[in-house]
Amino acid sequence: MIGRLTVPRSGWHPATVAANTPETGSAARLELDVEGWPGNAAGQHLDVRLTAPDGYTATRSYSIASSGPATGDVTRVVLAVDRVPDGEVSPFLVDVAMAGDRLEVHGPLGAFFVWQPQPAGAAEPAADAGVDATVRPVQLIAGGSGVVPFVAMAQAHADADDATPFRLLYSVRTPADVFFAAEFERLVAASAPFRLDLVYTREAPAGWPTPPARITREALAEAVLPASDVPLIYVCGSTGFVERVAAWLIELGHDARSIRTERFGGT
Amino acid sequence: MSFVTRGFGGRSRDRDERLPPGQTLVHDFPVLSAGPTPEVDTAEWAFSIITEAGTHKWTWDEFNALPAEDIATDIHCVTHWSKLGTSWRGVSLDTLFENVESQFDYVMAHSYGGYTTNVPLDELLNGQSWVATEFDGEPLDPEHGGPARLLVPHLYFWKSAKWVRSLVMMPRDDPGFWEQNGYHIHGDPWQEERYW
Repeated sequence: MIGRLTVPRSGWHPATVAANTPETGSAARLELDVEGWPGNAAGQHLDVRLTAPDGYTATRSYSIASSGPATGDVTRVVLAVDRVPDGEVSPFLVDVAMAGDRLEVHGPLGAFFVWQPQPAGAAEPAADAGVDATVRPVQLIAGGSGVVPFVAMAQAHADADDATPFRLLYSVRTPADVFFAAEFERLVAASAPFRLDLVYTREAPAGWPTPPARITREALAEAVLPASDVPLIYVCGSTGFVERVAAWLIELGHDARSIRTERFGGT
Repeated sequence: MSFVTRGFGGRSRDRDERLPPGQTLVHDFPVLSAGPTPEVDTAEWAFSIITEAGTHKWTWDEFNALPAEDIATDIHCVTHWSKLGTSWRGVSLDTLFENVESQFDYVMAHSYGGYTTNVPLDELLNGQSWVATEFDGEPLDPEHGGPARLLVPHLYFWKSAKWVRSLVMMPRDDPGFWEQNGYHIHGDPWQEERYW
């Protein structure tokens, strides 16, 4: 288990939409310039609050796709928001919000579902260090838009040129539903060890070796670091996805304490 | 410092007075857990209250022999959803603490799977909390905390520890799991005590 991390204190901050671009057919990448943002660790989330002219407000939580320290008075923070059918906030963020719009964010939030690079030299175990001092490989498992915190983790890993072995298993409906496809291509090619395994559930690219299907326990066992490697595992997706995957991981011999989960609801 | 966001109208205008600030009404039952759902066999389940003087312990059968109550209550999750008029069945903490003596004012709830959360004792007694074993007339689902969870509905729902196994009396209000990981030490939804 990695130790508890020191993360910046959360608070409310005014933010301006810097860019809103389509990420997939149903999702948008939202770049926010956040005033007074204290920086955030990879994997943290924030609350977005929207206020209507009559004072009505709506607040939702979103994972952050970026990480790093503050960059002065204003810091760029990246979200990727999937449009929830009949939703109240996500359709606004995906379809209506545009550059120059102002909204409020509260964060950064969450100090558990986070990953931070090893400090320089930490990969060299001290002479008397026990097993705990060895760097544990990291297995990320995402269902759909659950990949957002993992983009931040993989990017932080690459930026630090961190030697920790990283592997991401990413379940998506179709090739067009892959978030951050270009970024992942670069991350796979970067020098920090990062491997991406995609599972297509509805439609696979031409020539893909396996027909599209929901992930099975067998497919999970093949694409996930074995329990003998004692990986630290992060799982993010819908409740159904997370429940299924986490139960299989236990059956495959992983210690429950090595598995961190984050789920998104239907709102 | 709130300001209007251009183009945002919002959906609902007849806001329910039972909704605390910043909350949205849901009709499903979302799940918030930091790790896998533990499998807890009622044959091995036990519930304990541990004080500086000793341990009071109930097996599953002993626990189910205690007088239970039906509870109708609203529940509020820190992740901004609320569910109104939920129905539960469980044993009041007043019943469980009937023969418990302690000098300490604070409680740490411990769960199967290792989760912890802290609550002051005076926020658990006098009809404010239960150990619940049923939701909507059915045994509580494992993903919602079954076989038994703490139910403290006047605080954000992370205080209602799923898979609860023991309550340990403590002299100070030490932080539990989420309280160490960014959530408020107390967690009153009407005061929006979400984060520290």
